[in-house]
Amino acid sequence: MQPLGTLRWRACFRRSSEDEGLSRSLFPRMTGTRDDPFAALLVQIARDASRPAFAEVFKHFGPRIKTYLMRQGCGNAEAEEVLQDVMLTLWRRADTFDPALSSVATWLYAIARNKRIDHIRRTRRPEFDPTDPLLVGETSIEGADVFLEAERDAERLRDAVQTLSPEQSALIKMAYYDEKSHSSIAEETKLPLGTVKSRIRLALLHLKVAMGGES
Amino acid sequence: MTPAYHPTPDLLLDYATGTLSEAASLLMATHLTYCPHCRAEVRRLEAVGGLLVEDLPTTTVDTSLDDLLARLDEPTPAPSPTSTPPKTGFEWAPKPLHPYLEKAAWKGFLPGMSQIPLMADGGSARLLCVKAGRAMPMHTHHGRELVAVLKGGFSDAGKDFGPGDMAIATDDDLHQPMAHPDEECICLYLIEGRLKLPGLLGKLFNRFIPH
Repeated sequence: MQPLGTLRWRACFRRSSEDEGLSRSLFPRMTGTRDDPFAALLVQIARDASRPAFAEVFKHFGPRIKTYLMRQGCGNAEAEEVLQDVMLTLWRRADTFDPALSSVATWLYAIARNKRIDHIRRTRRPEFDPTDPLLVGETSIEGADVFLEAERDAERLRDAVQTLSPEQSALIKMAYYDEKSHSSIAEETKLPLGTVKSRIRLALLHLKVAMGGES
Repeated sequence: MTPAYHPTPDLLLDYATGTLSEAASLLMATHLTYCPHCRAEVRRLEAVGGLLVEDLPTTTVDTSLDDLLARLDEPTPAPSPTSTPPKTGFEWAPKPLHPYLEKAAWKGFLPGMSQIPLMADGGSARLLCVKAGRAMPMHTHHGRELVAVLKGGFSDAGKDFGPGDMAIATDDDLHQPMAHPDEECICLYLIEGRLKLPGLLGKLFNRFIPH
């Protein structure tokens, strides 16, 4: 592994002003309670077609999803179009949101990721179907873990990201935000491709261990 | 039974972040149908994505709430074709494959093998059916080869792959997978580059293998 000079790392931070530089954690601890406050709003949307609840979710997530879409290479008009599609999908499919499986943020992240692929790449992103008769069910090894402890997982994940180094945070952010292959990350950080791959892998492994997923 | 062979961490991450091609995503969706372990892994990786979205700075949204509320009553688009039942003769196909099978018909490929090409995007994805006990020609590739077993199984370099398993070979792997002797093997096969068959016979085959 190559030692990493400060200058090189500067190159990773294309948006260092937004990300507030290296001096503090890139993942400030989320405010709010252990419970996902938006989950209750999703339930209201699903059950009562509540427009005020929809408005609140839009107000919070709209501007963040738009940032995500623009970082993924959407222009302003495209980002607006995809965002509208994401919000309409939220409205229509709120009943498929399962608070035991994910947070609202994670659910919306997955919708935004898929809608961007539909709109911009004009391809599909095939997914497994939970109703597939061929689906091999959750086993006792992880079934309880996944379904009963999803909320605790989310909490553990929030704690785990606090323990990442700034370098690891930056790499993970690049992998998620910027529609970048590992090779373009390698170009930008001037690191060999193998190093980028193994560092991202190590950062994710670090998260997993910190979450207790490797126990 | 859950699979014994899984996608690499890179593949799981690229699938979770949406950077894989449609063809490679199809391989992943197929494996995930059989693999609760990797489904949990993808959920964890998506949770990281969700956490990062929460943490993003905001960008001013031009769409007004009123415009959006006015659109809520638009009719819901028709459901995707994945909700159709599997075609007769394709009952072994997991749901992610169904939309690609509407016009599917097996065609001869190499001796003892038939194929159904699925899409051209992102490499060459096809279904392969290999007769029981038959070997594929010895080959290597330019680019990664991903195989998801759907029915039966095959052995390759001392490993046995069965339904749901994902077999991954890279540029340098010269190999010769062989279908298990008791049953035909059907798998979803993707090479992201080109297939290379060494030797004189290979030269002959190379001319006839559609890329």
